[in-house]
Amino acid sequence: MKARLSTLMHFLAGDAQADRVVPPTGYTARLTVFAAASMAFLAVFALALSLATGRLADSWGDALAKSSTIRITAPLDQMDAQVLAVMEVLATTPGVKDARPLSDDEQRALLAPWFGPDLPLDQLPIPKLVEVIEDAEGFDPEGLRARLAGEAPGAILDDHARWREPLVRAATRLRALGLVAIVLITALAGVVITLAASAALSANEQVIRVLRLVGAQDNYITRAFVRRYTLRALGGAVVGTTLGALAIFLMPSVGDQGNFLTGIGFQRWEWLWPALIPLFAALVAFLATRQTAKNVLQEKR
Amino acid sequence: MIELEQVSYGYGDTTLLSDISLQLAPGSFHFLTGPSGAGKTTLIKLCYGALIATKGRVSLFDRDAQQMSRDDVAKARRRIGVVHQDCQFLDHLSVAENVSLPLTVSGRSLADPSELDDLLAWVGLSTQRDAKPPQLSGGERQRAALARAVVMSPDVILADEPTGNVDWEMSLRLLTLLVELNRMGKTVLIATHDMNLIRSAKAQVQARVLRISNKNVHQAGADL
Ligand SMILES: Nc1ncnc2c1ncn2[C@@H]1O[C@H](COP(=O)(O)OP(=O)(O)O)[C@@H](O)[C@H]1O
Ligand SMILES: [Mg+2]
Repeated sequence: MKARLSTLMHFLAGDAQADRVVPPTGYTARLTVFAAASMAFLAVFALALSLATGRLADSWGDALAKSSTIRITAPLDQMDAQVLAVMEVLATTPGVKDARPLSDDEQRALLAPWFGPDLPLDQLPIPKLVEVIEDAEGFDPEGLRARLAGEAPGAILDDHARWREPLVRAATRLRALGLVAIVLITALAGVVITLAASAALSANEQVIRVLRLVGAQDNYITRAFVRRYTLRALGGAVVGTTLGALAIFLMPSVGDQGNFLTGIGFQRWEWLWPALIPLFAALVAFLATRQTAKNVLQEKR
Repeated sequence: MIELEQVSYGYGDTTLLSDISLQLAPGSFHFLTGPSGAGKTTLIKLCYGALIATKGRVSLFDRDAQQMSRDDVAKARRRIGVVHQDCQFLDHLSVAENVSLPLTVSGRSLADPSELDDLLAWVGLSTQRDAKPPQLSGGERQRAALARAVVMSPDVILADEPTGNVDWEMSLRLLTLLVELNRMGKTVLIATHDMNLIRSAKAQVQARVLRISNKNVHQAGADL
């Protein structure tokens, strides 16, 4: 890998003379630049998607792991007894790490967005909430429900975060899909550049014949084509990546990373990833063109 | 330099050249004649490793051409200047760049850049040095091809109908250039069906004339 990178750098840096022998313009040339730019653009989004869904899955997964709620609905005079009963049940339920009734202040805070801050909680038949924190194993929700039904008929287990479970799974899947998309885009870049290079090589059959006639070795001919295509892919990918990154950067942000759509983007060091795309594209082009040139030359004498 | 031992060559089922033995000794001057389609071009291609003999052995500088890698053949070609019958150039480069292409691909350059000007003047292309090959006439292309063939100062020069498209005066000039190179010790082989050219060469240089007939080469007598 290191050796390859240094050869790559050698190609990029020097011997501008070598690629003079390949005609400068052509259909496949523009095609290569365009393909590299488009795929870099797409790669930026696939990366952003993967990173965003990754973050989402992580934060939702954390919330999911932590808590459920038990809602106790009872006449005011029975409320305290039921809360006590629930706490007793929870104390003997395996998988429960911690349980705690929410204080009135906390409940008021929860309801404030809907009813304002001055809610007279103690005069209203508002259900009482108990937060349940699971341990690593978790509890069996059906078993707990059955026991609650016996001990505290007004208590309802609301494993509220569990509704997110399919979403977390979806987010995890989405991240995997994003990674698959990146792999596919890379493979596609390789394929397109290989096709463009072999089209260029056969379009330049005459060039190769002349170079052979005057005593050019395989390396010289390969280098001429490889340098062309590596530079084209690099140039195209820089443009595509820049546009893609710009588009992501300009995405309207609500500043809330929990929101999936607005969470798409790169944070701090994550900007390194898109910056690597052009280098990677150049590497793919380098390898693809070199292999193609080798194959084509193999058939000639 | 270049040696053919009982070499045969054919396309598909047809045998074009059969059991040919031929030696291009250092400093020798050969003409190769024969009717169109006899296999002159094919024989020349065998001599610089562009074609592989179907039978027999072709030696390029004492090495079996069949055993040589492509890169070895490429290196051998730097010592063989070839004027191809349908002179091929890189059309996007200038005449001067095309003529110095053998130097470019082997990473060399002329000791004195004015040598290129001299060479172009020799073949009468001084004013066309920056033109592109498609702008040249047939004769100018052949002269450019000859200049390219000799720019590396090769040991062997193989010229396939080098005077095919040029007038008599220019033919003589090109011939003089080749004779001059031969006097400097280069091995020269010219394929041509121009008997006048052969005759005027014989006045200047000790040349052997080989004729292809019946799939083989025969030394032509004094019956020219
Ligand atoms: N690739 C090929 N396949 C089949 N026949 C060929 C091929 N190249 C040349 N020939 C045939 O071989 C014969 C000799 O060709 P060539 O060596 O060019 O003759 P010359 O140079 O003496 O005119 C011709 O009849 C030509 O048609
Ligand atoms: Mg011919």
